[in-house]
Amino acid sequence: MRNSLLVCGLVLLAAAFAASAREATPVGEDPAIEHRMMALAAELRCLVCQNQTLADSQADLAADLRQEIRELMKKGQSDEQIKQYLVARYGDFVLYRPPMKTVTWLLWFGPGLLLVGGLAALYLVILRRRRLTAAEPLSADQEKRALALLSEDGASSGT
Amino acid sequence: MRYLRYLIPLAAFLVLTGFLFKGLWIDPQLVPSPLIDKPAPEFRLTVVTDPTKSVSRDDMLGKVWLLNVWASWCITCREEHPLLVDLSKQGVVPIYGLVYKDTRTDALRTLQQMGDPYQASVFDPQGRTGIDYGVYKVPETFVIDKTGTIRYKQIGPITPEALHDTILPLIRKLNA
Repeated sequence: MRNSLLVCGLVLLAAAFAASAREATPVGEDPAIEHRMMALAAELRCLVCQNQTLADSQADLAADLRQEIRELMKKGQSDEQIKQYLVARYGDFVLYRPPMKTVTWLLWFGPGLLLVGGLAALYLVILRRRRLTAAEPLSADQEKRALALLSEDGASSGT
Repeated sequence: MRYLRYLIPLAAFLVLTGFLFKGLWIDPQLVPSPLIDKPAPEFRLTVVTDPTKSVSRDDMLGKVWLLNVWASWCITCREEHPLLVDLSKQGVVPIYGLVYKDTRTDALRTLQQMGDPYQASVFDPQGRTGIDYGVYKVPETFVIDKTGTIRYKQIGPITPEALHDTILPLIRKLNA
């Protein structure tokens, strides 16, 4: 029993080493390019697991695309050119910041429009309330009663 | 005027519900390809069954053809495979395969086991041609016309409905 536990433990340990050794290999050779690639990949969406960036994703395609970006960078392409390269193949969806186009106007300005609409509605409501309270001045009779109540109150609190 | 304060929220609610309702039938996994109506990307790759032969996009100019991206490790490709075998027997359209990120032996074994519906399957072990075609969810199938322009892309397996309602009518139209 104890022996088999020991073997189990050793196997696990070996597996852990193997796993960590495998993870360490795919680091690119040129740190400058690696840094630039990861910065760019953080702006791009992985199409397989759509809520992850190309930088974060473990998907096969993401690894391939990171490699592709590395190679394009080595060929001296700019970040903008590489983005164009990917957009031409996968569409605007790869960009986490959608470009300004007629079809994306609502996306870009929709929140602003909602804010302006909300402020306008708020303004109108406040205006109307003010008009409602201002529109009903006290009649002479009401004013007399109010004064009487106030002075009564003042007299009682005075003593 | 009085009704407005009830009608506006109701209208806003209905519009929102409309959008959400439509959203129930949209698969966010399906991203429309920017390659539709663009020239199919160039490739020259060796044939899986015979490494000495190669096929390029330009060999197909002048005919309407299907490019089916598949791999032995892709389970949905296996589900799709009988439909392709059927389609190839009908002889309506030549089907070419793009073996995506696979090994020759595994791809050949799949063809032996499940039948070979392809005029030729070209071999893309690194998936580079796959990237050029914007492949992200194998199987994918492109309908390419006589001028080498991509006219339709099926993302995921070809369903019988997609075949009969979209792909076959499109092929007939392109061949007319």
